[in-house]
Amino acid sequence: MDSSEMTAAPLPVLEPFKGVKRVPLEEYYTSGHRTCQGCESALVMKLMVKAAGPRTVVLGSTGCMYVANTTYYSTPWVVPWMHTQLGSAGSAAVGTAAGYKALMRKGKIKREPINVISFCGDGGGVDMGLSAISAALQHTEYNHLILLYDNESYANTDIQSSGSTPYGAYTSFSPAGKAKRILHRRWKKNVAAMLAAGHSECRYVGTVCASYAVDFMNRIRRALSIGGPTFIHSFDPCPKGWDCDPMMSHELGELAVLTGIFPLFEVLDHRLALYGKSKQIAEGRQKRLPVRDYLLKQGRFAHFTDDDIDYFQAKVDQMWTRWLVPGVLPFQADILGDKPPA
Amino acid sequence: MDADAAAVQAAEVEQEALISGSEAVAVATKLVDVDVLTAYPIRPYDTLMQYVAKQIADGEQDAEYIVAESEHSQFEIAKHASAVGARALCGSSGVGWCYAFEAIAVTPALRLPLVAMVGNRALDDPGAFGTEHNDALAARDLGWLHVWVDTAQEALDTTLLAYRVAEDRRVYLPVAISTDGAFLTHSQSLVRVPPRAWVDRFLPPYDRGKLVLHPDNPITIAPQVNEDWLMEIRRQTDEAMRQAPGVIEEAWRDFRAIFGRGDGSPFFEEYYTDDAEIVLVGMGTLSMPVRVVVRKLRAEGQKVGFVRVRWFRPFDYEGLGALLSRFAAIGVVDRDFSMGSPFHSGVLANEIRATLYAQDRRPPVASFISGLGGREVTIPNVREMFELTRRAAESGAAPRDTLWIGVRS
Ligand SMILES: Cc1ncc(C[n+]2csc(CCOP(=O)(O)OP(=O)(O)O)c2C)c(N)n1
Ligand code: SF4
Ligand SMILES: [Mg+2]
Repeated sequence: MDSSEMTAAPLPVLEPFKGVKRVPLEEYYTSGHRTCQGCESALVMKLMVKAAGPRTVVLGSTGCMYVANTTYYSTPWVVPWMHTQLGSAGSAAVGTAAGYKALMRKGKIKREPINVISFCGDGGGVDMGLSAISAALQHTEYNHLILLYDNESYANTDIQSSGSTPYGAYTSFSPAGKAKRILHRRWKKNVAAMLAAGHSECRYVGTVCASYAVDFMNRIRRALSIGGPTFIHSFDPCPKGWDCDPMMSHELGELAVLTGIFPLFEVLDHRLALYGKSKQIAEGRQKRLPVRDYLLKQGRFAHFTDDDIDYFQAKVDQMWTRWLVPGVLPFQADILGDKPPA
Repeated sequence: MDADAAAVQAAEVEQEALISGSEAVAVATKLVDVDVLTAYPIRPYDTLMQYVAKQIADGEQDAEYIVAESEHSQFEIAKHASAVGARALCGSSGVGWCYAFEAIAVTPALRLPLVAMVGNRALDDPGAFGTEHNDALAARDLGWLHVWVDTAQEALDTTLLAYRVAEDRRVYLPVAISTDGAFLTHSQSLVRVPPRAWVDRFLPPYDRGKLVLHPDNPITIAPQVNEDWLMEIRRQTDEAMRQAPGVIEEAWRDFRAIFGRGDGSPFFEEYYTDDAEIVLVGMGTLSMPVRVVVRKLRAEGQKVGFVRVRWFRPFDYEGLGALLSRFAAIGVVDRDFSMGSPFHSGVLANEIRATLYAQDRRPPVASFISGLGGREVTIPNVREMFELTRRAAESGAAPRDTLWIGVRS
């Protein structure tokens, strides 16, 4: 062991769960939360700490997973939990990990692996906290995971559009009106690929969807045990914000993957790999479903015309046919016009 | 005496060093063994972190030293480090302090004993590097302890005191140490640097006990409380602030016993007040020109003095009230503004007025705003303020409105 290994914070050993039957029964996120029926993000919290286990601390940014989750006297968190500010998921992770590291090195607390997970919503992570997350991914001396649960809006404040809201979606800041059918004209940020591409020393960046629960948990375990700062982007159907039946959450997650709208991939030690259904799509073993099947199951797209759907489909087609790395990196060899319908 | 004992004795000796206010705080972070330090550049605060960076690079200090990507992150990182039981320090200046304001605002209710240095600076626009106190004062109501220092020695000593008070369980509140930009942050003077052994005697380790965030202690920190509990939590922070004066006094007594410095009240410093008829009151390095003028006017036979407020929060309204009510008139010099406030005064003047209102004897208060944006408060400026205060004493009434001193008309 060289001296840098002596001073580095120790890492946990978290082997992948080999199938759903090997997943432990213990829960570290239990009853007490007040999320909506069918809230996929609540499931994300549960799977996230289940995968991490009891030697974990969780930092949570403002958003539904704070406000709806952590009412005083009825916290669902079995592991220690602390709130952090809306744009502070990155800084909370760094501060917590740095504190443990210093205290362990100086012999002030026992030297042992402690999982530090800091989560944020898309408002907190894709918009406001992006700069702090980026900085956190540069500090390779600290071990932590930043998990972005993406319900595609500022949900807790009544469903406002964020940089992660899909093109055209109806939100309380982008209603479909008489003069303007579509107010939200921004295309969703490609946040995981952006962070992977921009932080070459970060050893793990991945996308997940809780509809594929075992895959989800194993990505969490990989991120926590690899060392250094890591980032996971989770795609979370939100019945309130998406205006859909709470029964549909699981299915909408699957459909987002099967339509190619949300590709599942990971960048592990700089090696990029699509996985699950996304890998099958890339290899031509799974047919990409039309985006119409996904969009029209949600009230937030109910105002879409056929032209809007075609435009959406064309953009997703481009992701798979024209992007340099299909579904992941939006660089193209040639640039053609792609004007949205008026 | 054997070699070990000699080494111990040598280690117990104070050293003298010619250092600036910022460097004095940097040295203090070594003495108290800070665990996590965060940096972000803005003049003049950045000088502190430049010294820290050198200390780290030279292997003089064992700490996590993190260059953050914004002041907001600087304060959030330090806040979260403090929550896991690490001793943390950060700071800022001017608009940088404002950029961190969200983190600054939430830290007291979390009861985290963070210590921050403010290199006081104007809130530009328009661009200005110099001292104004509005940066730190913007956070005056939120549960931070605020202390203003005027020498590099006091900057070092106050950093030791700040951790002792902040980490006392009766308090558990953050402390902001205000140092006037350039006048103190960049000005060198001889400082007595105490040995680590003395500091260890003065400052116990930071022990967060049952409030520590650690897997062995599964607590939930800062849940959603709403109207059901927030008022009780505010009341607890208020109670902690009420405990602070007693804790500061205790720490001050111990400080004097161990370090041999620190006479009088910890909360304010008196200069030629014993037989003074009128005094000026102010904070920070204003003391430099005012002391000079006090000595000159004394030589001319005028009974004038100066009161320098150190701890602005908690505000020692008992002590200051009793002291200030003695004089024939008081002139308060603000290096800040409070636009639209009563009498259009600065912040300190109205605190002093409120303090005096509870006294039986209420001398007239002349209110001055001077030295904004780092403008020098000159000897003639101070003479003018003493003269105006003297006239208030003679007439029994101060000008109702606030006077700007040293400003072009
Ligand atoms: C600095 C700041 N600005 C605004 C808010 C108000 N706010 C509270 S929760 C929230 C929504 C956050 O959205 P997101 O991060 O996507 O989480 P979600 O609510 O969707 O789970 C906002 C804007 C805040 N808490 N802090
Ligand atoms: S609004 Fe959406 S994210 Fe928030 S609790 Fe409801 S379903 Fe979950
Ligand atoms: Mg959201």
